[in-house]
Amino acid sequence: MKTLKAFVLLAVLITLAGFSSKSIVIDNGYNIGDTATDFSLKNVDGETISLSDYKSAKGFLVIFTCNTCPYSVAYEDRINALDAKYKPLGVPVIAINPNNPEKKPGDSFAAMKTRATEKGFTFPYLLDEGQKIYPEYGAKRTPHVFLLEKTLKGNVVKYIGAIDDNSGDASNVEEKFVENAVDAMLAGKEIKVTTTRAIGCSIKV
Amino acid sequence: MKHLLLLGPIVLVMIFSCNNKAKSEEKVKDSQPEYAEIQSKVNDEVKFPIYNFQSFEPLLYKDDDKTYVVNFWATWCKPCIVELPYFERLNAEQKDNNVEVILVSLDMPSMWKSKLEPFVEKKEIKSTVVILDDPKQNDWIPKVAEEWGGGIPATLIYNKDKRSFYEQGFTYEELNEELNKFIN
Repeated sequence: MKTLKAFVLLAVLITLAGFSSKSIVIDNGYNIGDTATDFSLKNVDGETISLSDYKSAKGFLVIFTCNTCPYSVAYEDRINALDAKYKPLGVPVIAINPNNPEKKPGDSFAAMKTRATEKGFTFPYLLDEGQKIYPEYGAKRTPHVFLLEKTLKGNVVKYIGAIDDNSGDASNVEEKFVENAVDAMLAGKEIKVTTTRAIGCSIKV
Repeated sequence: MKHLLLLGPIVLVMIFSCNNKAKSEEKVKDSQPEYAEIQSKVNDEVKFPIYNFQSFEPLLYKDDDKTYVVNFWATWCKPCIVELPYFERLNAEQKDNNVEVILVSLDMPSMWKSKLEPFVEKKEIKSTVVILDDPKQNDWIPKVAEEWGGGIPATLIYNKDKRSFYEQGFTYEELNEELNKFIN
């Protein structure tokens, strides 16, 4: 009987440990395989955008980015190119500015509109008003990409990280992390590199 | 004993299910980048030493008697600029305690002459400034600290016995408090 008690206690402890480590993971945002939340955020054109608006999409490239970070700026053309390539294939880019405009006036909604026009953004550029969405995703910096696949159980996170392996110089990119991930996802193949890291600007809270 | 047999597999299943999360992390890419070409690009006009990660890495593992405060920053990073004076103050105040601050600039090559040099000159920065220029960030970021997502400011404090990594900005008090864990 003593053995039983000890084992029940052990089992309970392990279960608790399992749950508590899980909740820490959730606090830090999504992992690969998690289901991502939808949102209703204001686009630079004044419309409100949700993932559920895209009835025929196969997935989404949700990219947290902004006006002011040099790394985001360095990637603007490449984000436009991603949208041009993958929107017709059913995986549009949805860009979200996670910064607090009060802390970073250059990332205000008005400034976002200006930047979207200047750069001819072909994708929605949304403001994370109240900064509720980026912590759920666990975006840590700009730019930060989350590739989602639309499935019956929701939008499942397939890739988290950088766009490619050379932020400074698009012509010297050796590995296109995001393109490789989307191509594999669309082909129904295993995504080889599911998470990557890159230097970026911290999100202004 | 019957109970033990019953519970054993349950415990095992739990242990394995806990490990699932870690597995996806392991897929982070790990390949050896080529450095030769980057090294040849070193611009000897720039006042600060320019490292790729391979040549930089020994600075993160010195095993002398000093405590090193290694701050990753860039001139374009506003919160980095805000906390820079605290690192300068620490460097000046804690010299006698065998503390050395290393300011690792992640400025892009186009900014070295135009932004970084004038900034360091204008602010009269006394701490050691080095440049880390290595585009293979996905390879080297986890080698600095497994938990680093890549945001700056970020700081590593270490000596031969202990190391801690912080992906955050500091106030002077917070920085001092963390350093005290190493020197006292």
